[in-house]
Amino acid sequence: MTSPSTSARLTGLSSTAIVYSVLALVIVVGGVLTALEGRNLFSAGSIQAILTTASVLGLIAIGQTLVILAGSLDLSVPFVVSLSSVLAASTMAGETGNIVPGVLIALVVAAAMGLVTGLVVALLHVHGFVASLGMGLVISGYLATNYAGSTGSAPRAFRLLGATYIGPVPLSTLVMLGIAVLATVMLLRTRTGLHLYAVGGNREVARLSGIRTAVPVVTAHVLCSMLAGVAGLLLLARLGVGQPTIGSQGDYDLMSIAAVVLGGTLLAGGKGNVIGTLGGVAIFAVLSQVMSALEVTSFLQDVIRGLVIVLAVAVYARREIERRPAPFDQLSAREALPGPDPALQETR
Amino acid sequence: MTTLEQRPVARAPLAAHQRGAAGRVAAAVSTPGGAIFVLAGLLLVATIVANPNFGDPGVIIRFLGRTAPIAIAAIGQYYVIVAGEFDLSMAAVISMQVVLAGNLIGDDVGRVLPVMALMLVLGAFIGLVNGLVTTLLQVPSFIVTLGMMLALSGLVAYLTGGAADGNPVDEFREIGRGGIQDVPVVDVIPYSLLIFLAIAVAASWLMRRPFGRSLIAAGDNPAAARFAGGSLVWLKTRAFILSSLSATVAGVLLVGYAGVHPSVGQGYEFSAITAVVLGGVLLGGGRGWVLSAAAGAFALELLFLFLTAVGVESTWRDTVQGLIIIAAVAIAGRAWTAGRRPRRAGTTPSTSRDEQPLPTPGTTTGDS
Amino acid sequence: MPEHEPVAPTTARDTPGSPLLRVRGVAKSFHGHRVLHGVDIDLRAGQVLGLVGENGAGKSTLMKILAGVHAPDEGSVEIDGSPVSFSHPVQAQHAGLSTVFQEFNLLPERTIAENIWLGREPRRRGLVDTARMARDTDALLADLGVTNVSARQRVRSLSVAEQQIVEIAKAVSFDARVIQMDEPTAALADHEVELLYGIIERLTSRGVAIVYVSHRLKEIFDLCDTITVLKDGAQVTTMPAAELDQAELVRLMVGRSISSFFPDKLPGTELGAARLELTGAGNGYVDRVDLTVRGGEIVGIAGLQGSGRTELLEAVFGVRPFSRGEMRVDGETRRTRSPRQAIRGGVAMVTEDRKATGLSLNQTILDNALGVVRSVFPGRTGEARRRVPGLLSSLEISARALDQEVQFLSGGNQQKVVLARWLATDPGVVLMDEPTRGIDVGAKHSIYELMRELASQGVAVLMVSSELPEVIGMSDRIVVMRDGRVAGELPAGATEERVLGLATGVTGVTPAPDAGHAPGRHTQEVAS
Repeated sequence: MTSPSTSARLTGLSSTAIVYSVLALVIVVGGVLTALEGRNLFSAGSIQAILTTASVLGLIAIGQTLVILAGSLDLSVPFVVSLSSVLAASTMAGETGNIVPGVLIALVVAAAMGLVTGLVVALLHVHGFVASLGMGLVISGYLATNYAGSTGSAPRAFRLLGATYIGPVPLSTLVMLGIAVLATVMLLRTRTGLHLYAVGGNREVARLSGIRTAVPVVTAHVLCSMLAGVAGLLLLARLGVGQPTIGSQGDYDLMSIAAVVLGGTLLAGGKGNVIGTLGGVAIFAVLSQVMSALEVTSFLQDVIRGLVIVLAVAVYARREIERRPAPFDQLSAREALPGPDPALQETR
Repeated sequence: MTTLEQRPVARAPLAAHQRGAAGRVAAAVSTPGGAIFVLAGLLLVATIVANPNFGDPGVIIRFLGRTAPIAIAAIGQYYVIVAGEFDLSMAAVISMQVVLAGNLIGDDVGRVLPVMALMLVLGAFIGLVNGLVTTLLQVPSFIVTLGMMLALSGLVAYLTGGAADGNPVDEFREIGRGGIQDVPVVDVIPYSLLIFLAIAVAASWLMRRPFGRSLIAAGDNPAAARFAGGSLVWLKTRAFILSSLSATVAGVLLVGYAGVHPSVGQGYEFSAITAVVLGGVLLGGGRGWVLSAAAGAFALELLFLFLTAVGVESTWRDTVQGLIIIAAVAIAGRAWTAGRRPRRAGTTPSTSRDEQPLPTPGTTTGDS
Repeated sequence: MPEHEPVAPTTARDTPGSPLLRVRGVAKSFHGHRVLHGVDIDLRAGQVLGLVGENGAGKSTLMKILAGVHAPDEGSVEIDGSPVSFSHPVQAQHAGLSTVFQEFNLLPERTIAENIWLGREPRRRGLVDTARMARDTDALLADLGVTNVSARQRVRSLSVAEQQIVEIAKAVSFDARVIQMDEPTAALADHEVELLYGIIERLTSRGVAIVYVSHRLKEIFDLCDTITVLKDGAQVTTMPAAELDQAELVRLMVGRSISSFFPDKLPGTELGAARLELTGAGNGYVDRVDLTVRGGEIVGIAGLQGSGRTELLEAVFGVRPFSRGEMRVDGETRRTRSPRQAIRGGVAMVTEDRKATGLSLNQTILDNALGVVRSVFPGRTGEARRRVPGLLSSLEISARALDQEVQFLSGGNQQKVVLARWLATDPGVVLMDEPTRGIDVGAKHSIYELMRELASQGVAVLMVSSELPEVIGMSDRIVVMRDGRVAGELPAGATEERVLGLATGVTGVTPAPDAGHAPGRHTQEVAS
């Protein structure tokens, strides 16, 4: 429907094209820097590490994309990741026969968390930021109370999921890419997907067109939570035990939002796509691999990530401020007309 | 409405208050910002009933001293929230300051004052960065402060290697854990409580100054504040600076209680936000009193004490906070409007709707 | 909201005698204030009805009732002989009555096809049939004679006129038999208006009936078969366009006696030195403005909506600063880049929408009245604090006390708080944008008296108003704007016809051009 090439032709360089150009740049510069250190960014091990990082963050960021497109936000993802990991681990308890119930319980509980957040957002009109912050704290208290440290264990068969590679590509990456395709189809070819854009773009227009605006919002939250659940399961497969802090350690809330924004999705909703988000995820994955190859201290890594995030949002916030040309703009173009007062745009 | 002919030439100047002193107290208590004081009182009673040991004045005053850092953090968070923003970097600022104090002061008493000055400068600088990035680059404040949190916790991990570090000299720790000894009835008055009281007085004075009033007005309606000639950039940036400075003071006190460890301060941003919304301050800005935010902090800690007393594990803390945040945000706006509405229709029409209203089209869900 | 009655889709052919849309005695009140008294409309297939009237005449209320946004209090609406009532715009659309509102209801980031079929996307095997959506959209556009845009283009990449066409295509896509258009040319350039004329002609030739609302009388005469004039919510007349001319139409629209409602100039008011001077001033919204306002003078700015009136005030106030020309305040050249600088220079601005940009509604009267002084002159807060109670009572505010929150005040009293917050700064130039919008008669009068008093104290007052009687009754001089430029200046006491003539570009009082233009013919507007 809107392949990068068509939209690029119609609106100049599309955000997706930009994010992939940045990704290419990061890969080239990163490859050179790594090579100067006498290491290879493109070795099988290094690619595996990049893809592994990308698959967990990618799953969460796909969910975050849906929520942000609908005009909401989900800060509870790290806690849902941890919750899913410990619930599945304790249900499985090392028994192969318990894999299915473990996975089901984790996903159903994750979906329920998303449902509650979504309903609070859609029906009580609490902003997604606050609702999901509260929800995250609720889950965090539950985790702190019931799980002191690592818990349960994943049976060998389940751990294989984290240890299977097809060539250098981990199975988890394929799972993530499959879900990305599904999410894209949903956004482009289902009514819920199209309505999600509409509600995020302009709630009132959507409502006047006869759309029940709660439906896409709640759907997005449920899907986002479930994808965070899947990410938790992947982490469980990799680690073998459930970890109540695995989600918060990964800073998945901030990282996923950053990947989404970096991928060209409007933080206010209504514009963006999953393909761009994957580009954003890949940028972070490559960056972190390059930084570990260069043995950058974790302190500096965090600072760099923080900077990239804030800068990305700042750049996109600037880029996306919509300006309908004023009648006499051509006249004043030479004299550098300052735009309407930014402080007033919030309300106008 | 008075007719044009009968209108008096000059009216008496408008009275300052709608009610007498007692009426004003009653009216204040009916708002979320006033109700918190009642709630705190009730929780105190409930806690004493559940755990009679708590009835001892000495125990209470030590509790107040222990809670002072959170209350100070809540006051700092209040400035930011009432201006319509968030500061999620508070906990990271606290940890950073705690670790800095441990590393830089060490065993040298002579370094206490210079290092404290350095901490304050650093705190102000962090707030300045948060504020300027939020206002000038127009990045949502929760992203800016989360990014700041990421960077600062990286710094802390780098400085400490993730483990506990040497404690600074006892003289420095005394600020947080010491007090005026041998006081009748309460036995000891913690310094932390005195520092809190000083900050509370200063804060409530500041909120009556043009800065404070403009800050609330800007949180209520940024566009109107802009048209009134206010500088949103500088107003909000000052709020962020005050928030980081409050976190710094909380950090200094916490060194005394908890010692030096990178986990000190963890969760303080959420506790502070919870305290502020529990104190009836509206997320999104424009409503709420600074002392209510502080009272919210005491009420929150009393609630946890009470829950502990009735056998709820302290690990549920986050859950309780999460529920409070959601509930407070869902109801606070309406509760304020109800509480501030003038009682009894007097000479004034009590609605503001004499202009032609524009009912939102299609209030029913459109199914087609 | 009334229960939605099922709309019987009629396929019966229109008999020549029966109207397609029949409106009888439709009335509507808001909060006890009647804004529409019993309007009757008969519209036949293929006809264009022009709906005209001044601001507040009830045009938009009538349109919103027909669009299903408001429910009427009284009266009936019939389409093709069957009574209908709507509780949601979607129902009106499905009944064959679509509306193109003035503000666009499109999602800029979505494609044309996605916008047109929003909420009723065609599906095939569970998935949205995007190919069909695109096909149908292109057919729809081709049907309207538009071929230079394609279904998969994003709306944001379209020109305003093209967006307007998408709105119309959306309306048509519901198989609309009646289409309402609210000021469809407000944002269009002349050659784009031609395009719209062509589309309307195509639609009417297919038997679609059009309700056309516009302030541009030329268009009304170009397009309409019948004209309905509304004034103060009542139907003045409905007659064939051929029997009217523009001057007569203007007379029917305004024909109201100006009462002695406006206070006279206070004795001792003297014309002082120029306090605000603009020379060739312009920015993205206004152009080549020359204007002088002297102390003791009230200058009114008239013009249609979108003519740049508000934008001119905002430019003076530094909200959208001038980028060309010169501005002098009290003789000093100023490059005002922000409201703060404007206020420091002695300029005050009472904004059009007091709730959005004038007040902090959750704060008390006192806090709002001191808002500007605290922001810009914090050192003078103490002095202002002592003055404000007297200031408020001289404005005859009716409130309980200074600590009452302004959200609980009536519109008129809120406006007085706005005035108080500006007067507390002792301004030399006061800009007022629609100072009496939405307030009761008593409060209006005290605001007029205040304006006179300010003038007598040597303040320069520059007022924008959509209400012609107000502009004429209060101004010492009237500046009329059109399309971002000053169209002309009129002395005090000019007639409404002359103001309206300048504002619309119609040479109002001179013998009108011959009536009965054929639809589709569009001649260039005559510049005054």
